[in-house]
Amino acid sequence: MSPVRRPPCHPEESFRQALLDPDRPAPAGLSVWNGSDPTTRFDVYRNNVVVSLIEALESTFGVVRQLVGESFFRAMAREYLHHALPDNPVLTYFGGDFPEFVARFEPAASLPYLADTARLEWLRVRAYHAADAEPLSIQALQQILAQPERLPRLRVQLHPSARLLRSPYAVVSLWAAHEGLIPLAQVDPMQPEQALILRPELEVEVIPLDAATADFTARLLQGLTLGEAVEQTLANHADFDLDTALVTLLTRQALLSLE
Amino acid sequence: MKTDAVDPVDLSAASPTRRAARSAQSAELPRACGIGLKPEHFRELLDTRPALGFVEVHAENYMVPGGPYHHYLSRVHEHYALSIHGVGLSIGGDAPLDEAHLQRLVELLDRHRPERFSEHLAWSSHGGHFFNDLLPLPYTEARLQRVCEHVDQVQRRLNRQILLENPATYVQFADSAIPETEFLSEVIARTGCGLLLDVNNVYVSCINHGLNSRDYIRALPCDRVGEIHLAGFTRDRDAAGAPLLIDSHGSPVADAVWQLYEFALDLTGPVATLIERDNNLPPLPMLVAEALQAQTLLERQHSAEREATS
Repeated sequence: MSPVRRPPCHPEESFRQALLDPDRPAPAGLSVWNGSDPTTRFDVYRNNVVVSLIEALESTFGVVRQLVGESFFRAMAREYLHHALPDNPVLTYFGGDFPEFVARFEPAASLPYLADTARLEWLRVRAYHAADAEPLSIQALQQILAQPERLPRLRVQLHPSARLLRSPYAVVSLWAAHEGLIPLAQVDPMQPEQALILRPELEVEVIPLDAATADFTARLLQGLTLGEAVEQTLANHADFDLDTALVTLLTRQALLSLE
Repeated sequence: MKTDAVDPVDLSAASPTRRAARSAQSAELPRACGIGLKPEHFRELLDTRPALGFVEVHAENYMVPGGPYHHYLSRVHEHYALSIHGVGLSIGGDAPLDEAHLQRLVELLDRHRPERFSEHLAWSSHGGHFFNDLLPLPYTEARLQRVCEHVDQVQRRLNRQILLENPATYVQFADSAIPETEFLSEVIARTGCGLLLDVNNVYVSCINHGLNSRDYIRALPCDRVGEIHLAGFTRDRDAAGAPLLIDSHGSPVADAVWQLYEFALDLTGPVATLIERDNNLPPLPMLVAEALQAQTLLERQHSAEREATS
């Protein structure tokens, strides 16, 4: 053993600094059997880290990537990594604040609907992996409706996968067009749109809602009673139709319980 | 060494009844070949039920509350033995293990009760950041101590023996005082964990560091190998023009790795063998064909062993 006492070797800190910064030299203390410059070899790690994390974002935000093109997306994602490395190894949920980053990302300012498109894609991932639950059956709902006087005081629990998106832009149609579900030529991106994102069984559904039903659903998600939710929705949307809204939520299997 | 009741290369070991006969905590993978299972192949695997001994998935992809991943993995596990392979515990790091991540792992293994859990001799998190790569560690006495503490902690929390995988590396540390094979052997001896022998990683690392891959395998405790990994690499060159192989999991297993696998089997005996593929995912039948190629070598090894003992 060397007579010189060395400090403990902890390369993690120097790796951390050098992994995301291609201009930094490789960390000190590396050795290579043939004496070659270790930077080329260290670059393999740099590349693995950056490419795999960008790919993780690409798998969540595929429509955003289509909208801006691959090279723009990769440059934007690389910027994002400098702000937000994952804080744990579950990469499924990496990118939760990517939509906010996109909203502030100056070079993307000409696409004002981009951030909400990212939000929609994020909510789809959340819904895809959300907890499973048995939706409310028609029979159970009929029993509840048999006591109409109780209805205003009931609280509606929605399926654990249920998420609501409301946007000043037509991101639901834009998303659908890029998934090949509707022709892109039909989409006017500057129209407001709302959707319920839901996974009642194995497939995530993106269910367009009118503004009043979306408002009502948001109030249910806040935990208001049915009576409060109806009253507040009607205050904003005189045309709100409770029956239609409940039938939509029931038939799409968004309702879990009314208690 | 192996004393379980399952006929070593009997594919019927994968049948539900045979599998149910083994208890979740003490069961081993059948000594047959398997594939890394990706969501793209869930339905086809269930519809076609190829003759595989087991499947392996990455733990972190299943650390979600519900949905299709758990649904399909449960279905698949009704028909195949299951290996769960962690890529995020950072066992090789100097920092304490992430307690929240350990807890996620406990819950995942309770939920799916896999026949095996394995992790890597590498680190991937530091200072609250996860880098999503298997990064190298210096092989010092202090780090050996730390890695053994981590493996002990994981085995206690999971209440089972884990397998630790030998890494593919591109650099070494001037401070490393212990050869990698000796470091691994010591961790195995001190903690009682098993070895996940990644033959592709052996080949890649030995080319990258000017070592002899057969000597490397000979220096490992081959009787402690609980699983073998086979995968493809890509070729690059270092700053001096020497070959630099990258463990990319994006192509079929190379001929040199098949040969090294045969060499390793002579020392390990027949052992569960996985075809790993994480990138450029081919159609399922191509992965199964690669697994069957390994199965042939495994069976040849098994009959040779039987002849030797009869």
